[in-house]
Amino acid sequence: MDFNDTPEEAAYRAKARAWLEANAPARGERPRGEEFSMAESKSWQAKKADAGFACITWPKEWGGPGGQGWQSQIFGQEEANYPTPGNPFTIGLGMCVPTIMTSGAEADKQRFVGPALRGEEIWCQLFSEPSGGSDVAGARTRAVLADDGSGDWIINGQKVWTSGAQYSDFGIVIVRTDPNVPKHKGLTMFWIDMKDPAIDVRPIHQMSGASGFNEVYFTDLRVKDSQRIGAVGDGWRVSIVTLMNERNAIGGASSQHRQVMDLAANLATLTGIGIKDAALREKIADWYVQAEGLRFTRLRTQTALSRGQTPGPEASIGKVVSAPLMQDLANTALELEDQYGIISDPAYAPLSAMFQAALLSAPGMRIAGGTDEILRNIIAERVLGLPQDVRLDKDVAFRDIPSGR
Amino acid sequence: MNFDFSDDQKHLKSEARRFLAAHCTMTTVRGVLNDDAQSYDETLWKAVAAQGWLGAAIPEEHGGLGLGRMELCVIAEELGRALAPIPFASTIYMLAEALMIAGSDEQKADLLPKIAAGEVIGCLATVEGPGVLGAAVIKASVEGGRLTGEKLPVSDGDIATVALVLAREAGQIGLFLVDLTGPGVERKTLKTLDPTRSAAKLTFKGAPAQRVGGAGEGLDITQAVNDRAAVLLAFEQIGGADRALEMAKDYALSRYAFGRPIGSYQAIKHKLADIYIKNELARSNAYYGAWALDTGAAELPLAAAAARVSACEASWFAAKENLQTHGGIGFTWEMDCHLFYRRSQQLGLVVGAAKQWKERLVSQLERRNAA
Repeated sequence: MDFNDTPEEAAYRAKARAWLEANAPARGERPRGEEFSMAESKSWQAKKADAGFACITWPKEWGGPGGQGWQSQIFGQEEANYPTPGNPFTIGLGMCVPTIMTSGAEADKQRFVGPALRGEEIWCQLFSEPSGGSDVAGARTRAVLADDGSGDWIINGQKVWTSGAQYSDFGIVIVRTDPNVPKHKGLTMFWIDMKDPAIDVRPIHQMSGASGFNEVYFTDLRVKDSQRIGAVGDGWRVSIVTLMNERNAIGGASSQHRQVMDLAANLATLTGIGIKDAALREKIADWYVQAEGLRFTRLRTQTALSRGQTPGPEASIGKVVSAPLMQDLANTALELEDQYGIISDPAYAPLSAMFQAALLSAPGMRIAGGTDEILRNIIAERVLGLPQDVRLDKDVAFRDIPSGR
Repeated sequence: MNFDFSDDQKHLKSEARRFLAAHCTMTTVRGVLNDDAQSYDETLWKAVAAQGWLGAAIPEEHGGLGLGRMELCVIAEELGRALAPIPFASTIYMLAEALMIAGSDEQKADLLPKIAAGEVIGCLATVEGPGVLGAAVIKASVEGGRLTGEKLPVSDGDIATVALVLAREAGQIGLFLVDLTGPGVERKTLKTLDPTRSAAKLTFKGAPAQRVGGAGEGLDITQAVNDRAAVLLAFEQIGGADRALEMAKDYALSRYAFGRPIGSYQAIKHKLADIYIKNELARSNAYYGAWALDTGAAELPLAAAAARVSACEASWFAAKENLQTHGGIGFTWEMDCHLFYRRSQQLGLVVGAAKQWKERLVSQLERRNAA
């Protein structure tokens, strides 16, 4: 074991650092968290693309740098040291465009990969619906062939929890093209132009007060058959690629135990100063081993990448550990603040109300990109090889599946 | 970045697994479980010595192989997986490590070669009663080079030939080497939670004792030994926890209830996913502990505490939920579930309970935050 870079890694890191030093906004130039404009984000992405630091592992064939996973990791670590603009490209570059590269038509690859890579076009992913988030294959949004013989498809229905729909240029959507076959077999994927007037994007007012997601309504949206990604009825298989990329992308560990310790060092409890409370100390130790466990699990993944190996399934534990951890930590911090804890005004609440904010965003963390429960199913089925639960909807035509309404 | 074991270390690990699969079956373990007169498996102990494992981390000048602690970690994981009924931890993690930390040149030259050759079984005798070990509870004392007092429980104390004993001398607490085959030593095997690992009550009545390390350094040396042992024991715990998960998975796939495998019910799937998650967290924390141990990093006390806390959690959870997954059959003497359940408690208490290590972890964090 050695936490140091190999000579090859060190050389790449030096190259990345030198480029960032010359091109990234200087540290301290603007405070972290301050809103960047979309133009700034796009310009930063274009700069990275020109220098070969965007989508590092994408193949040269499609204009990518053709680099290695470990290079991508190193650049990400170095970039995190700079106050770079926000990244509205994650979903497109992490999920949508890879799906097109895997399953899309040749012409689509020619058309879309380059502009996405350079940040010229932004993508969103339209999978979840009001009737099913975990059960994505239960999608009810319909696509039917137009009756004018053009071969076009007409889409009607509603998607929900779509991040970035309001500023996206394109999206990938999974729709039901055949309700007369079992649900997994009647789905098809298309790419769509998000600026089409038949699409209505409405922001969702989240319980945290923020609006990062949208509802998206389709009213007779006409798409060409050439916008299809994969075969008719093959949408579920195509979407698995997208979903796997999503689950690997989410789930960083929190090191906020440090802030709880600082908070507790200055607050009183019935038995003395907060940090001396034995129950709290046990919790801090538990949080620490979870957060550190995740950090070191990522280093194991990184090691596999740097050896050119496929990382093991341990990478799948990230979000299912970090999201409940964040919720428990926030709740405990508010208990420490005691009656004062109800104040969520950053002007009054300790640490600019970070724990109040964490408490209100934690439920979303436990749901987005796979609920705690779905993630456990995935570990049980894909990692441990346990069988799927009995499914009442498996061999039934979609239109006959009980929907409870 | 290289946060993994080397190919050589992985090779050693698969060799160890193969060796133990042949020489340490559940029949071997049950041989010790079912026979009150047997405290360990002597044949296995000799075979392990012949493999060179006892001297893996002992320097070549003292008759060992001179490998690092990383090699010891992979061996530990396999011993834990096999529930090996031998005094490996007491002899290697405790006695050998204590000598390498604080032993004089003579002590090392005398004992380390014998340890490597399997001629010495060691034990660490610190505890005298229930509750957390500390200066206030130590009554054993040394006067004029003679030790008097009682120690219990002492893991492997009934089969060890050499003990390291925490005792008072002139008002200070030191660590003392005692030849258990010599005069002034009485020992009695204790009935314990895990009969596959023995423990004894040692009574000293003027036994000759030789100090290891400086006067008054006894507790510090013990803590340093425990830090090292915590990392190595974490690997034993993870080995056992992974095996328990495999048992639970195999049973969940083959056992049918209400017309389908119980492994298709979410109550079982989520339970097993939780075991997997805890095991992976424990493994990652233990890897960091292994790095700190192997390189002698200043982070060792914190890394060891994190490795121990995480491994205790994983080991206990896997052991109890594996048994639960088996239902009624898991509660029988004939099924192996209880062997992992028992060993989990033995390993979870032997260098102090997780509760104490959590406190130690947070104290280390406070120290680091203040720095």
